[in-house]
Amino acid sequence: MGDIDMAWCPGCGNFGILKALEKALAEMKVAPEGLVMVSGIGQAAKIPHYMKCNAFNGLHGRALPAAVAIKAANPRLVVIAESGDGDMYGEGGNHFLATIRRNPDITNIIHNNMVYGLTKGQASPTSQRGFVTPVQAGGVILEPFNPIAVAVALDASFVARSFIDDVDMTKEIIKKALSHRGYALVDIFQPCVSFNKTNTYKWFKDHTYYLEDSYNPGDRVRAFEKAVDPTKFPLGVIYTNPKKATFEGNLSVYTQDSTPIILRKLNLKKLQRFIDRKRRP
Amino acid sequence: MKKYSAKKDDISIVLCGAAGQGVQTVEHLLTHAFKHSGYNLFSTKEYMSRVRGGSNSTQLRVSSREVRACLDRIDILFPLNREALEHVRRRITPDTIILGEKDNFLDTGEGGDIAIIDIPISTIASEIGGAVYANIIVTGVIAALFAIDKENIIDDLKERFSEEGKTVTTHNIRAVKRGYEIGNELITSGIVSISIKKDPAVAEQIIINGGEAVAMGAIAGGCNFISSYPMTPSTSVLTFLAQQSKEFGIIAEQAEDEIAAMNMAIGAWYAGARGMVTTSGGGFALMTEGLSLAGAIESPMVIHLAQRPGPATGMPTRTEQGDLDLALYAGHGEFPRVIFAPGSLEAAFALTARAFNLADKYQVPVFILTDQYFIDSYYNIPRIDLSTFEIERYIITTDKGYKRYALTENGVSPRGIPGNGKGLVVVDSDEHDEAGHLTEDHDIRVSMVEKRLRKHALLTQEAILPTLSGKTKGTTMVVCWGSVLAIADEAVRRIGRNDVSLVHFSQVYPLHSDTAKILGKAARLVIVEGNATSQFSRILKIHAGIDIETKITNYSGLAFSVEELEARLRDVL
Repeated sequence: MGDIDMAWCPGCGNFGILKALEKALAEMKVAPEGLVMVSGIGQAAKIPHYMKCNAFNGLHGRALPAAVAIKAANPRLVVIAESGDGDMYGEGGNHFLATIRRNPDITNIIHNNMVYGLTKGQASPTSQRGFVTPVQAGGVILEPFNPIAVAVALDASFVARSFIDDVDMTKEIIKKALSHRGYALVDIFQPCVSFNKTNTYKWFKDHTYYLEDSYNPGDRVRAFEKAVDPTKFPLGVIYTNPKKATFEGNLSVYTQDSTPIILRKLNLKKLQRFIDRKRRP
Repeated sequence: MKKYSAKKDDISIVLCGAAGQGVQTVEHLLTHAFKHSGYNLFSTKEYMSRVRGGSNSTQLRVSSREVRACLDRIDILFPLNREALEHVRRRITPDTIILGEKDNFLDTGEGGDIAIIDIPISTIASEIGGAVYANIIVTGVIAALFAIDKENIIDDLKERFSEEGKTVTTHNIRAVKRGYEIGNELITSGIVSISIKKDPAVAEQIIINGGEAVAMGAIAGGCNFISSYPMTPSTSVLTFLAQQSKEFGIIAEQAEDEIAAMNMAIGAWYAGARGMVTTSGGGFALMTEGLSLAGAIESPMVIHLAQRPGPATGMPTRTEQGDLDLALYAGHGEFPRVIFAPGSLEAAFALTARAFNLADKYQVPVFILTDQYFIDSYYNIPRIDLSTFEIERYIITTDKGYKRYALTENGVSPRGIPGNGKGLVVVDSDEHDEAGHLTEDHDIRVSMVEKRLRKHALLTQEAILPTLSGKTKGTTMVVCWGSVLAIADEAVRRIGRNDVSLVHFSQVYPLHSDTAKILGKAARLVIVEGNATSQFSRILKIHAGIDIETKITNYSGLAFSVEELEARLRDVL
């Protein structure tokens, strides 16, 4: 893919995410033919074009509904929904909530740079209070969206956060997310070098810390405490609930037959019998 | 006592009451019982957007011959509450037999000649166990008047209320029996007499409504995925497919909103399923962004759009043909589409099935445009024979180097799905190259636009001819589309002039290339539509060069009745 003209700025955290994701997929031996990358719109959402895989680069904010359906129609595919914070948490906020509640077996990676890059520097849902932009001229006055706290509140089955300065850790988290059966949220801090002069590499370094080895991600109340920590953002796997059944697994079409619906053939004779039964009460 | 004879071979029964009084239960029980007894039956309802109270009415039209349209006329009326009489007052004539309790007719006022037969339904219902049994007593009365086998109704009741316990079932059976006694008394005492022929062939037919026709047609078209957000009057299709999910292998998901519903269905098609959405105007407005995505990535899509009056929330439970323009112009950018507008239950079944094959073959969105009146109307139709139906699949196995948007002469690129072959399937809402990757190359842009639009010519070749009843040459042609068909057909037959014919379009876009030729044979054209601005006449003008000056429109929220349309046609003919 050497001849691809990449649209990212030099120094963008997206490069590290692409590297971490590719390494994770290679180490887990995910075949490109069996992988579908679903994305929305924005600089982050261009990532499928720089990879060797199937890709559904849909609409701004709408990656998750498409990803849920792709996985449900063919559960044999590995499905990753990936976009930026504006796309997933802003335009697609309702889908974010509903997807966590469904718990499909997909991995949801969010490039979180606390700013809108492609539209040149407006506030994103995760922008911190006081962040000045051409539109938020007096600084952001909204409470920043806290995806980790929201996900824990909805009992998301896997919630993690990483910072792309540490590519290896990001790769390891992505591998855990891919191995997890159910919805896996991976929010990745990723500085925007062009439009966010506040939340820089240094800022993220100063405002994050690694969860200690003894941390138990199965404790939901503790996870919520971590998620709303007012001082610093914790990095690592913050919460897991591996006991939850998946969306696909709960669908009545798959309770007795795991054959993907796309491989089944409709028996028209069965439908004929169904219609004919309508002749008599 | 005055004697009432309904010696017509076509009787219109109207039940009117508040939401929650069980009118729908009566409709369900009797619709099926009439058909199974060999009566031709048409039923439709108009109802308010509320859970309890108000005034709703259901019409059951029983006939010796096939009937498929709603009448203003009421031969037998059951007003189930005080407001009912007022609600249907303009439709009551001296010949209307009104059966119900006196208390409901306190103020007959100037309508002193209104014929009323007192039946103390409330008193009998409370004797049986409560007001909730009133509707079942009425069911019994009607069944007796038409000599419908009591046991049929009782069996149906037992099944319907099986989960509510023995007491309810016992009370319901008593209510039916009491109703029968009352009905039989009316017959034996000669107060009411009815003479409609039963036809054993009708008993062998099926009785379904528009929602069932669309939903079963979807199954016949291989639909195995539906994602939608509940919205009257489109929800019955989602409900039906959800209930058949396990039986026919259909994933049915109630989405968080219509935006998600549309994007899910597109995702399902991408993965190789056959997806659809069902919605109404306001919900479809939210889907238009996704519709444009289907246009851009050349995804097949099937959209059932059940119209109701707008703008905005409009009249949620009422009917209109007001969203034709919306379906035609929805979605930013230019891309081909197909719009079907079935005029009969048979056509709704067949066209919905066809929509899936057509969408798959040409990778375009296909609409099924219905409306509340059509969705909620039942009538008997011959058994649907599936031997002529086929689920056509157009998915290919990909090779290495597969290009999803390979430029082809006719504009259709062979469609692969992920995991089916060695190729990779890349789709992008951005303008893309043949491999599906985003591009800003203007030459590629031009070739992709032209490739997508080339499919319009193929879709035109596949377009369905309008149907014509009556003579072709030199007549006044009454033009209609969608659900107006049966109403217009009966109105035109009533007028009975051999210089008046009827043309119906079950495909409103793209038009068949012979449209201008067919309509050009008319001496005069009259168009009938259920909207205010005659939207289809504009399509005929733009795409067939046909100008229709005489327009009959209806935007009251109720369908045309046969009588109303007959009168309005007579005015202009």
